[in-house]
Amino acid sequence: MTRRDMARYLARRLAQAALVLWAAFTLSFIVLYLLPGDPIEIMTGGGASGDAVDPAQIAALRHEYGFDRPLAVQYLDRLAAALHGDFGRSVTSGVPVLGLIRTGLPATLTLTGLAVALAVPAGAGLALLATYTRTPRLRRLLLSLPSLGVALPTFWVGLVLLQVVSFRLRLLPSAGDAGPAAQVLPAVTLAVPAAAALAQVLARGLDNVLRDPYVETAHAKGAGRLRVHLRHVAPNAVIPALTLLGLVIGELMTNAVVVETVFSRDGLGRITATAVGAEDIPVVQGVVVVSAVVIVLVNLLVDLAYPLLDPRIVLGGRAS
Amino acid sequence: MPLKVTTCGAVCAVLLVAACGSGASAGNPAKAGGSGQPKPGGRLTAALSSAPDCLDPQQAGSSTTITVTRQLVDSLTDQDPATGEIVPWLAESWKAESGARRFTFTLKDGVTFSDGTPLDAQAVKDNFDHLVKLGARAVQASTYLSGYRRSVAVDARTVRVEFDHPNAPFLYGTSTTSLGIVGKATLAKPAADRCASGVVGSGPFVLDHYTPNQEVVERRRDGYAWGSALAPHKGAAYLDQVVFQVVPEESVRVGRLRSGQADVVSLLQPQAAPQLRQEGLALETRSPAGLVYSLNVNVSRPLTADPAVRRAIQKAVDRRQIVTTLYGSVYRPATSVLAGSTPGYTDLGADLAADPAGAGRLLDGAGWKTGADGVRVKDGRRLSLVLRWFSTYAATQSALELVQQQLKVVGVDVVLKQTPVSQALQAFKDGDYDLILGDAPSADPDILRRYYTARGLNAVRLPGGPLQTALDGQAAESDTGKRAAQVAAAQTLLVRDAYAIPLFEGSVIVGVGARAHGVRFDSAARLQFHDAWVS
Repeated sequence: MTRRDMARYLARRLAQAALVLWAAFTLSFIVLYLLPGDPIEIMTGGGASGDAVDPAQIAALRHEYGFDRPLAVQYLDRLAAALHGDFGRSVTSGVPVLGLIRTGLPATLTLTGLAVALAVPAGAGLALLATYTRTPRLRRLLLSLPSLGVALPTFWVGLVLLQVVSFRLRLLPSAGDAGPAAQVLPAVTLAVPAAAALAQVLARGLDNVLRDPYVETAHAKGAGRLRVHLRHVAPNAVIPALTLLGLVIGELMTNAVVVETVFSRDGLGRITATAVGAEDIPVVQGVVVVSAVVIVLVNLLVDLAYPLLDPRIVLGGRAS
Repeated sequence: MPLKVTTCGAVCAVLLVAACGSGASAGNPAKAGGSGQPKPGGRLTAALSSAPDCLDPQQAGSSTTITVTRQLVDSLTDQDPATGEIVPWLAESWKAESGARRFTFTLKDGVTFSDGTPLDAQAVKDNFDHLVKLGARAVQASTYLSGYRRSVAVDARTVRVEFDHPNAPFLYGTSTTSLGIVGKATLAKPAADRCASGVVGSGPFVLDHYTPNQEVVERRRDGYAWGSALAPHKGAAYLDQVVFQVVPEESVRVGRLRSGQADVVSLLQPQAAPQLRQEGLALETRSPAGLVYSLNVNVSRPLTADPAVRRAIQKAVDRRQIVTTLYGSVYRPATSVLAGSTPGYTDLGADLAADPAGAGRLLDGAGWKTGADGVRVKDGRRLSLVLRWFSTYAATQSALELVQQQLKVVGVDVVLKQTPVSQALQAFKDGDYDLILGDAPSADPDILRRYYTARGLNAVRLPGGPLQTALDGQAAESDTGKRAAQVAAAQTLLVRDAYAIPLFEGSVIVGVGARAHGVRFDSAARLQFHDAWVS
């Protein structure tokens, strides 16, 4: 692939990314406006406490936040500001949205990064071991673990880990602010479903490749079983798992909503949960766009990695 | 998804508590009232259920925000949670004149904000003038300042507040954080900035830092010397620091208390209380003053317009059964629309005794005959009622289902309809319900008027008449005894005419660890740490 092809490929991907970001921005705007009520009503208590708020005062607040303008004007205004990197201020707390995201994003990225760092070796190790072992019972046991890992609800795993490791055995702190030790349990919780999903796909890939004729050839040439497994089979089975990894990272950011709530941590997930509850439109849009950026980037990196693993894959789908 | 977490919270907590129950013995019975000599220094950790959405007490009304900001901001007066009496704090004395239209406060000498500026009459006047301009951003404060005309700084220590119409509840308002006094530097900031950056107050603690969604850290203000009349000591706080952790999951809050990672944890569910007590954890329970959990009856609807139907419902509900089967007897059966700790509360327990047979007789007498499906019918119309409840009352759903069963026994069908809280205003406006669930904590009986007045949201579609007169009358009466008589009249009318079907008095349950002493509760059972210390 020439350098020009590469540039053309990247340009096309970036254009696609811009489209994805625009769609995320627009969809989140539409969905939030379709929800009943509006942020101002929620902010002033929505009347649930029985207190009647002067409608004139509510109208004044709506005007202050610009929620009284025509929908199209609000949308274009927000879009124009977002293009300049300005998502406005949170309706509930008054904090600039980007500042809010800047405080939450590092925590969530660290957490997802740690979870990936745990999930990849765990998932790969499990799949390799399950396909390598010759004991049928062990194999069956190992292969059933991923389904279990996928099926367990994340909040349940988190609560059980907290109860046992932190509250009963008192090995690790449960608080979100207690340094690196406090990262362990949430990262493990987050890693469980990710590792399980990776193991499932990788194990299936390994099984398929193991049936390929070239594996027999390798054995016939006298290569050891372990060597065949790791050097000849694994690299060819890893592509579907790599594709999945891109998706898994998106899923990790979704699961962060649950994990950050259970472990009382700040992060993008908690910010999202709070903002959705309050219909805090500027914050939700900011979070959606930033998350979309992260996921687009990760998937681009995954795609760029394909040719490194399998020279037959050509980026852009055309042979150069 | 957060909803799912919470739902599990209760279930998992029960399961896990049951699973690891007997072995744990982390907490020792400790009295929140304090034992031994207060010891200065140290740091107390409190786990709260939600993050403060706004660090300005004048704007935000969430319980968490009030708890966090109460330590930073003082009020003109304080309210004794035991008696409901208003007692001195920043104001050493006051008098109400011209039929609760004029209030004159004499301030304590030498009080300063944490930035060194004096808390004088001008500062108080500026606060009230600004509050009125905050409008819908300060919903609570607006109600207390209803009819505000102006404030006059008579001299450095005397401030007079004037209203266009009588406003007896204002005095209670001055004890709340909503009318807490903040410094000039705070008033100069735009409202949204105050939410984000916090306020300058005269309280025993100052804000150290706030990590959103995670923790608020406050540190002692040295030189504080104007504690409320209720505080056992007036001087600087004992604690070096108070750390408020935000821990949304109840089972995690309990776990932190058990393992000593938190000293005080708030908002525990009544179902978990007996088990926790058995483990030796000290629990403090307080019934917040204000309106109890009630089904409010929309009298403009054809079925509930019939007083016999309303009174029959009042009799058919078995309040004792609700609290014993669902709330481990931590909650109490309602004996009025007001909680027992509210000033002016009247015991109407006799009117609220369960009497399903009596309910049946009332309905028989009014011509409601039991139909084929067990539901009563009259003139071809089934006695089927719509009970609307807001999503924020999820913890109360099982109580509503029990009420549904109790009413079914007497031939009244109830359809439960959940409404997202964001549609609350619309629901009140539409009025497409026969019964609607509500409660409203407040330590002043004026909450009755705010909730039931025909001029407000008018949940019950009050047509005016003696109830409205009593509601308005109490707000205009500055004499405590005469005001209580009006409040009693309003409660009696609400219960006997069954505009409201009171169900139970909720309770705030707070777990207190062995290290923590001297934590005080206000009338809404929120925490105060001025006198708290750790051993």
